[in-house]
Amino acid sequence: METASAEGIRKHVRVYVTVFVALMALTLITVTISTLHLATPVAIVVALCIAGLKASLVAAYFMHLISEKKLIVAALTLTAVLFLALMVLPVSHFADRGL
Amino acid sequence: MEIPYTVEPRPDTGVYNAKLGIWLFLASEVMLFGALFSSYVLLRVGATTWPHGYEHLNIPLATVNTVVLITSSVTMVMSWASLAMKNIRRYRLYMGATIALACVFLVIKGFEYAAKFEHGLYPSESTFMAIYFTLTGLHGLHIVGGVIVNSYLLGPGSRMWKTDPARFTNRVEVAGLYWHFVDLVWIFLFPVLYLL
Repeated sequence: METASAEGIRKHVRVYVTVFVALMALTLITVTISTLHLATPVAIVVALCIAGLKASLVAAYFMHLISEKKLIVAALTLTAVLFLALMVLPVSHFADRGL
Repeated sequence: MEIPYTVEPRPDTGVYNAKLGIWLFLASEVMLFGALFSSYVLLRVGATTWPHGYEHLNIPLATVNTVVLITSSVTMVMSWASLAMKNIRRYRLYMGATIALACVFLVIKGFEYAAKFEHGLYPSESTFMAIYFTLTGLHGLHIVGGVIVNSYLLGPGSRMWKTDPARFTNRVEVAGLYWHFVDLVWIFLFPVLYLL
């Protein structure tokens, strides 16, 4: 982003507005779906998929990860792996007991 | 002593130092919140019953707060874009809006907490309330931290625009990365606590 030109920035601004609209729409969708009171496993998958999509939009466009340097992407990939391990640990503990 | 690589990218990393610094900090933040989310999963999977968020929490207020925080992320990125287009006046407008929206978020959160306390719902009430207050409380502290940094960048910190505009623009970008992360955490907290 260091050498972004004024014209380049204006293009960015248009993308920011589009992403904003998408984030608002996804918020509306996830709240609407929650009022249906789906079965818990289905509700969890749907809500986390929508949250994941929203988070990806924020990270890719607002945080500029889509055009970020390799070193930062590599550091974050390692973080993502460790984060996933943290999430899987408690679930695997119970899967092990056959629950 | 001059701080190196505040503007130009460091040759071996390809980015200016503050950017690498904030990303490493955010990576550690992912693990901090990750540990709490992991605890949430363990407690929920291990519990015999778990309340639905909508039974105890105020979804309309939380939805408004979600909209407020996402909007503040947009105004934050717009404040950086304004500086990149050399428009300090517009920067002040967007940065002011970001801080104002953050305060709105905190006030709404305050109303939510007050309503819980009125009904005698404290962290000691249940595992659910304990994890709700822990996660939203830690997130709220992050919002307060962001307000402090952004207020500095709007007020006294903005003097740097006159002496070193490129470095100031980078400072705002770095503060923005932190702010988007705080937004990102809320994007997960909202469905996990309120909707599921």
